[in-house]
Amino acid sequence: MTRTAQWLYAWLLLLPAMALLVLFTHYPAVATFWQSFMSTPKGSRASVFVGADNYEQLVTDEVFWQSLSNNFWYALGTIPTSIVIAILMAIWVNERIAGRGLLRLAYFTPTILPMIAVANIWLFFYTPEYGLLEQVLGAFGAGSHNWLGSKSTALGALMVVTVWKEAGFFMIFYLAALQSMSPHLAEAAAIEGASRWYFFRRVTFPLLMPTTLFVLVNAVINAFRLVDHIFVMTRGGPDNATALLLYYIYDVGFRFWDTAYAAALTVALLTILGLLALAQFLFLERRVHYQ
Amino acid sequence: MFRRPIRNCFAALASAALLIAPSLSAAQTEVSFYYPVAVGGPITKIIDSLATEFAKENPKIKVTPIYSGSYQDSLTKALTAMKSGEPPVTSILSATDMYTLIDEGAIVPFDELIKTPEDRAWLNSFYPGFMENSQTSGKTWGIPFQRSLTVMFWNKEMFKEAGLDPNRPPSTWRELVEYAQKLTKRDASGRVTQWGIQIPSSGFPYWLFQGLVIQNGAQLMNSAGTQTFFDKQEVVAALQFWLDLVNKHKVHPEGIVEWGTTPKDFFERKVAMIWTTTGNLTNVKNNAKFDFGVAMLPAGKQRGSATGGGNFYIFAKSTPAQREAAFKFIRWVTSPERAAQWGIDTGYVAVRADAWDTPVMKKYVEAFPGAAVARDQLKFAKAELSTHDNQRVTKALNDGLQAALTGTKSAEQALKDAQVQSERILRTYRR
Repeated sequence: MTRTAQWLYAWLLLLPAMALLVLFTHYPAVATFWQSFMSTPKGSRASVFVGADNYEQLVTDEVFWQSLSNNFWYALGTIPTSIVIAILMAIWVNERIAGRGLLRLAYFTPTILPMIAVANIWLFFYTPEYGLLEQVLGAFGAGSHNWLGSKSTALGALMVVTVWKEAGFFMIFYLAALQSMSPHLAEAAAIEGASRWYFFRRVTFPLLMPTTLFVLVNAVINAFRLVDHIFVMTRGGPDNATALLLYYIYDVGFRFWDTAYAAALTVALLTILGLLALAQFLFLERRVHYQ
Repeated sequence: MFRRPIRNCFAALASAALLIAPSLSAAQTEVSFYYPVAVGGPITKIIDSLATEFAKENPKIKVTPIYSGSYQDSLTKALTAMKSGEPPVTSILSATDMYTLIDEGAIVPFDELIKTPEDRAWLNSFYPGFMENSQTSGKTWGIPFQRSLTVMFWNKEMFKEAGLDPNRPPSTWRELVEYAQKLTKRDASGRVTQWGIQIPSSGFPYWLFQGLVIQNGAQLMNSAGTQTFFDKQEVVAALQFWLDLVNKHKVHPEGIVEWGTTPKDFFERKVAMIWTTTGNLTNVKNNAKFDFGVAMLPAGKQRGSATGGGNFYIFAKSTPAQREAAFKFIRWVTSPERAAQWGIDTGYVAVRADAWDTPVMKKYVEAFPGAAVARDQLKFAKAELSTHDNQRVTKALNDGLQAALTGTKSAEQALKDAQVQSERILRTYRR
């Protein structure tokens, strides 16, 4: 094969993947960036260049700041919890216990269910007066709560759903990592007389770090990406207490039809996600111990 | 070996279909038709059978109904389809989205299609209460079809237990408070086991709130859709009344009351009186295992309720033949008999007075008098909140109402803030 032919061959192999990437990832990203500097076309009024107008609006938009801070608490509340629970569950189902297969399945079930279905189920768990949660708490004599209808508990209630949904998924990755771990390590530690906690802290957890990094990146993206349950459970209410950034972008883009401002919000979201991913790879990667 | 002849058969059939198709479509006008479903019941089936029946009488027109989700989804779908170049010819969309659709240049007024005196008589046959959300600046942009009102349902058994006349619902605000106090039950530890009244406030609290506002003698916006009156004194007082039910009289659950579970709360005997849409009529009739009543909302300074529901619109990006065909379908489907049957099947309010005089409707009302309550309340009903950039203005009010109901803002502050936001949005439409 001549050099040109080889070159052509390589590009042809790349072409399908590249075409898809350009069409569905790169072009929309660039178009979004460009549109965030334009005005929203409406009826006969065409779109014109408005400079940083949309970004000025963004800085003074209270709902934007609130959804950003909601998203921050949401990420902080869901990511560490679901990772800890995932590790615990993985260690638990990694041991030789009766009904291990069933237990694994049970932990994984929330992942298989579609989020909309999950949200509808949880909506009735949270129903005041006769919901499942109320009945359980009522049996212990606790008063009635309006979990989704009060500003102080609504976001927390959504976090619980997310953790419930995500922990099982992350468990699978930890389980795979645990299975590939050599049993010699545990034997050696047992001979040395290390306690279980010491063994976990000094051996298992460091060896799980590559998985943790992977899970962490996914969890952070999900914290910004997963908003399906909000549509069903609270629609961002009460008074924006559960509005997350992506949900707000949907509102602005497809309910208010202010596409230009939605583009500016999307650029803000992309910037945040990009910075977070960068930070994770730059700082955490150094601490990750690859075998 | 065996498969080949079969496959050939299919191929022949397919090519035959291809040959026939163009000749058919040349003679037929196709009318694509988006419709949302917002209440329970087999509505998709009813719409499909309407389309088939229409096709039988009008073989030259082919109406293709396309189910498009909730009102919100339907608007999103219709506008997205329009922006990508292929909107439906006609669609049922929320009556409140009229200004949005006009501003987007999406729809045409019906005036150019209304030519004969017969057409004019048809247009004038709709209840004026429903036309308020269908006309602006002297033109008709929507035709009422699946319209509703807010009404009150009450549990007659609970009324009896509380020593109230089970056949007499509260007719004024004062009575409402009085009754609700008698109907609220607490156990030994002070926990409420049965609430007096429940007004849902999730999703679209403005709609139910508007009932209170109209009862207090005010309205939320002007008819041009360019101005809102959220911070007017009567409006603030209406919200204060709602807050008082919760905080002062303690007869209404705290926080946000979910719209979707409110009928269930009623079936589960957790609440004695609920405010909801007439669209729930059939749902309540089928699921309440106790004697219940349907009533007009109680009067403040006057009776009042906000209309709701969907109108027919015709999209601008269509051929004149398609518009004519769509218009023909709309006229056909809103005839008195069909409007009556649609109301009976769904619980929506039949949109014209003569529909209530049809034999089927008369028989239905005789057996189930609750069905006529909405009709009688219509004369007190006013247009649902609808302005330019409607979704945004409405969200400002919804946020304010929810802030007040969750106790983060006072009624006055919440409505003042909502008004400031709405002013900022509507300023540009007032030139």
